[in-house]
Amino acid sequence: MSGPSTYEPKTGIERWLDTRLPIIRFSADLLDFPTPKNLNYWWTFGGILAFCLVTQIVTGIVLAMHFDPSGAGAFLSVQHIQRDVNYGWLIQGIHANGASMFFLAVYIHMFRGIYYGSFKPPREVLWLIGALIYLTMMATAFMGYVLPWGQMSFWGAKVITNIFGALPVVGPSITTLLWGGFTVDAPTLNRFFSLHYLLPFVIAALVALHIWALHVPGNSNPTGVNVKDKSDTVPFHPYYTVKDGFAISVFLLLFASFVFYMPEALGHVDNYTPANPIVTPPHIVPEWYFLPYYAILRAVPNKLIGVFAMLGAIGCVFALPWLDRSHVRSMRYRPQARMYFAIFCVAVLILGFAGAKEVDDPVINGFAGFTFIDSNINSWVWVSRICGAYFFAYFLGILPFLLPLTEKTLPVPETISTPVLSHPAAAPAGAAAAPEMKG
Amino acid sequence: MLRKLTALAVAAGFLFAGPALAESTQAPLKHVNWSFSGPFGKYDQAQLQRGFKVYREVCSQCHALNLIAFHDLGEPGGPFWSPKYPNANENPWVKAIAANYKAPDIDTTTGDTIQRPATSADHIPAPYANDTAAKATLGGAPPDMSLLVKAREGGPDYVYSIVSTAVVTPGAPTVTAYAPTPAGLTVPAGKYYHPYLMGDLSSSWTGKGPPPVGGIIAMPPPLADGKVTFDDGTKSTIDQEAQDVAAFLQWASDPKMEERKQLGLSVMIYLLIFTGLLYASYRRIWRDVGH
Repeated sequence: MSGPSTYEPKTGIERWLDTRLPIIRFSADLLDFPTPKNLNYWWTFGGILAFCLVTQIVTGIVLAMHFDPSGAGAFLSVQHIQRDVNYGWLIQGIHANGASMFFLAVYIHMFRGIYYGSFKPPREVLWLIGALIYLTMMATAFMGYVLPWGQMSFWGAKVITNIFGALPVVGPSITTLLWGGFTVDAPTLNRFFSLHYLLPFVIAALVALHIWALHVPGNSNPTGVNVKDKSDTVPFHPYYTVKDGFAISVFLLLFASFVFYMPEALGHVDNYTPANPIVTPPHIVPEWYFLPYYAILRAVPNKLIGVFAMLGAIGCVFALPWLDRSHVRSMRYRPQARMYFAIFCVAVLILGFAGAKEVDDPVINGFAGFTFIDSNINSWVWVSRICGAYFFAYFLGILPFLLPLTEKTLPVPETISTPVLSHPAAAPAGAAAAPEMKG
Repeated sequence: MLRKLTALAVAAGFLFAGPALAESTQAPLKHVNWSFSGPFGKYDQAQLQRGFKVYREVCSQCHALNLIAFHDLGEPGGPFWSPKYPNANENPWVKAIAANYKAPDIDTTTGDTIQRPATSADHIPAPYANDTAAKATLGGAPPDMSLLVKAREGGPDYVYSIVSTAVVTPGAPTVTAYAPTPAGLTVPAGKYYHPYLMGDLSSSWTGKGPPPVGGIIAMPPPLADGKVTFDDGTKSTIDQEAQDVAAFLQWASDPKMEERKQLGLSVMIYLLIFTGLLYASYRRIWRDVGH
């Protein structure tokens, strides 16, 4: 589908360069890349994510110029940035809220991929690289949250690094390496800063691979039907540059409303108290984008199994191309799968909600309940257990076993253009009629 | 094996014991309609000036404000900002306030530690040299107030609820309690029951039923009617002092708020227009494509 290049060097210097380093050809082909013409707004999150990555790297580089990654200075230097650096409050606000925006976009991007079967052959490698980007993002965000060196930074680091400590055999060595000592302390902050600066460039490299892997088979699309010929596609530029640009601008409205009007809404008040190793905050919670995993971790009474459950949840994302084997890509034509997917989305949202709660808090006030497997039936632990069980059932039971046995899929259109033209709103007019005849 | 068990126990402790400790409660905070709330909210400069006076005459006996330099008081949005003095270091109010303080320094000829008159560049000196000194005198280190509003759930409402609550005895010069101590609650000598303090009173509770909401605070009720004389003639009541100092501490936590909201408005208007233009371009470019 990437097809032969359409670029023709026009000037002498372009011809000269084209035979030595065809960088203009490369860029021209990227802009001209044939893209299915039926991509909906869920497909704009790729562009939004690229925007988020660049924003985080640019603001991060500026912040690093003013940040002091020492145990004694980190907290104060973030305040110095907020108060004394010109527009430091803006740059820091964009960077801190940008992490949340990045995760919001990546979750939508991933759920879109799951719904429309974007991971199915021949896009498994594309999906795997994406999952790797997500994993690297989690590591980067976690280390970034430690850098302001507030109470939640410190104790969050303690909890998360201790999770690795629970692993058999390698656990203690891993924690020693992460800590740079025998507990979370100034050396931990120092190495997290170093890695927090490194990993975004690893992400950028993975993104380049992700786009390369995308450009070999080309974009999937809401019908899941392969592109048959040129009439199914439009050049990326200007069609998708303008559509993505519009979506990025809408996304920026949300982003800016956080940065300018609710800059603290996604943070935690305890992170405005400097890290103190002898005072444990009453309620340690990770950032919102880790809450579903945190809920799964806490749902399991055995800690080591809890850790494996959490890692397994991430593993399910990686294994998805081999779990959902249906030949119909898009869930548009899979009503049963669509229902299970909807429940899956709700389960993940509830897991996130449960992760923010205190485990022993009752779900229904005033209902005494009874204890079953170490926890009261009326507690957030049991909510997490039920939703966590569905999470794994979805990936390991419903997708690979239940659906192949029971599923009746709807007829899939022959080409991308067929459903397009049968759509009443898109009455064939002028050029749009051509694909129909070719189809 | 032992190390592995320890690691597990530590992880278990953090994951499960932590939340189990947390049964903190507090009374629903008193809410104030602050001048600075909402997307167009601004600080009330007269209120910030009164609040600074409350801080200087009352809070600063025990609480530091380490992140605030004198010149900050005269920066845009600050209590003593004046367009006549764009350089806050030349602001006469800032200079006059700084002149009242001594700042620690090193004598440039002898190397001895000295106290010299503070300048606008100095940070407001802390009442105690360090936390240990504060503990030795007060029995505990009072928190620095520079970020207090951001570091507490409820923000300015929390600070206001803490310092505005008092049992006032007519005629008495000082306030001796925040609220009547519930029967059955043991409060250590020199400490106070406070319904709005986030705390867990179950270990001090011998009464019937669940323990009362709130916590035990070491700070004596700080405010009293008429304790601070406001220069603008505002009647000095506990409630007024409490609102003013909470507003001042909000500013101390977020001195760039006005600049942020102002720029935010321009950015939002720009983005709305830009989004509209992009949508129009999108419709135009796509008009001939059936999709």
